[in-house]
Amino acid sequence: MDLKRSLFEEELICLAPIDPERDAEIEAKWTHDAEYLRLLKADIARPLSPAQVKKAYESIEKKVEEDKNLFYFTIRTRPDERLVGFAKLYAITWSHGTGMLQMGIGDAQDRKQGYGRQALSLLLRYAFDELNLYRLTALVPEYNRDALRFFEKAGFVIEVRRRQALNRDGRRWDLLHLGLLQEEWAQNGSLKIDEQGRQ
Amino acid sequence: MAITNLFLGTKVRLVVEDPQVEAKAWSQWLRNSEYMLLLDTDPPVLWSEKTLKDRIEKDLEESHEDVFYAMIRTLEEDRYIGFLAFFETFWNHGDAWVAIGLGEAEFWGKGYGSEAMHLALRYAFNELNFHRVTLGVFEYNQRAIRSYQKVGFVEEGRIRGEFLRQGKRWDMIFMGILREEWNNNNPFQPG
Repeated sequence: MDLKRSLFEEELICLAPIDPERDAEIEAKWTHDAEYLRLLKADIARPLSPAQVKKAYESIEKKVEEDKNLFYFTIRTRPDERLVGFAKLYAITWSHGTGMLQMGIGDAQDRKQGYGRQALSLLLRYAFDELNLYRLTALVPEYNRDALRFFEKAGFVIEVRRRQALNRDGRRWDLLHLGLLQEEWAQNGSLKIDEQGRQ
Repeated sequence: MAITNLFLGTKVRLVVEDPQVEAKAWSQWLRNSEYMLLLDTDPPVLWSEKTLKDRIEKDLEESHEDVFYAMIRTLEEDRYIGFLAFFETFWNHGDAWVAIGLGEAEFWGKGYGSEAMHLALRYAFNELNFHRVTLGVFEYNQRAIRSYQKVGFVEEGRIRGEFLRQGKRWDMIFMGILREEWNNNNPFQPG
């Protein structure tokens, strides 16, 4: 057992708690980018003020504390701790060892820098090695091809295709449910950072 | 426009009852663990009629707009035999989940559930104007799968090993039906 290996730190980024005062400004900006919101989820895209974001943070922290089935992290660059995104495990069902995963990198300029990949690597290790979950599900709109590739690279497979579940810009799109089992993750050579750490 | 009573079938009707009526029925249904293991991934737990009533009242107060809930009542004996619900409705996409359960086991396998689901879909597509409806069913619940196929649902995939029961992992099967499938090729004939 390697105690020195951090659950929360990678080379480029770290998983960190919410810093409501400072993060709300930045996240409010992200919510004014409808493309980001639509790539992320099926919910109605809706811009939020910093105060509204702060309120959302409060409800997240309350849920983390009370429901015990949500783990929420911010993603920050190292070493300057600049907020670039979030990563969460939610809808965890402890009796069956299952949960869902969602991540976002807010500013388009911060995408394709390896931040998301390293955050995912940490989040999967946290889910499978620390929470001991059996499987994870991620939802991806059909039109978010980058996200689909991103998750498939990490070993996720499409398990369900909910036909025409999304209506955007006058067109129907499928909603994909992707799954990854703990045993697949453990055998997965694509997460090389993990293998090196496990010697 | 011919006005149909959306809530009335040939064997069952959909009704909404006061919390104490619902609580009384549920307090009995919960005690049938076979039913609960077919219905839900949560471990079956028992609640008193009083607690159930309080919870139902609390839910009503919060009045979630994404939820529609009704009980199923037989026409012949006027008995409560189950429930039906739409939840996690995405109004912007016209997509919702449906759940159904017959707590009275003697009514299983006789077409009551299929007809209730048929009424649910008619309501979903003709009144709520949904584009599609989704449900989840356990792979060991073959009777339910057949019933859903009968009213037009098709399998859209499987969440592998989503739950663990009696030492074995089981898939959760997702099924869906589109509005156009319902309109063009509704296979279900009530009665």
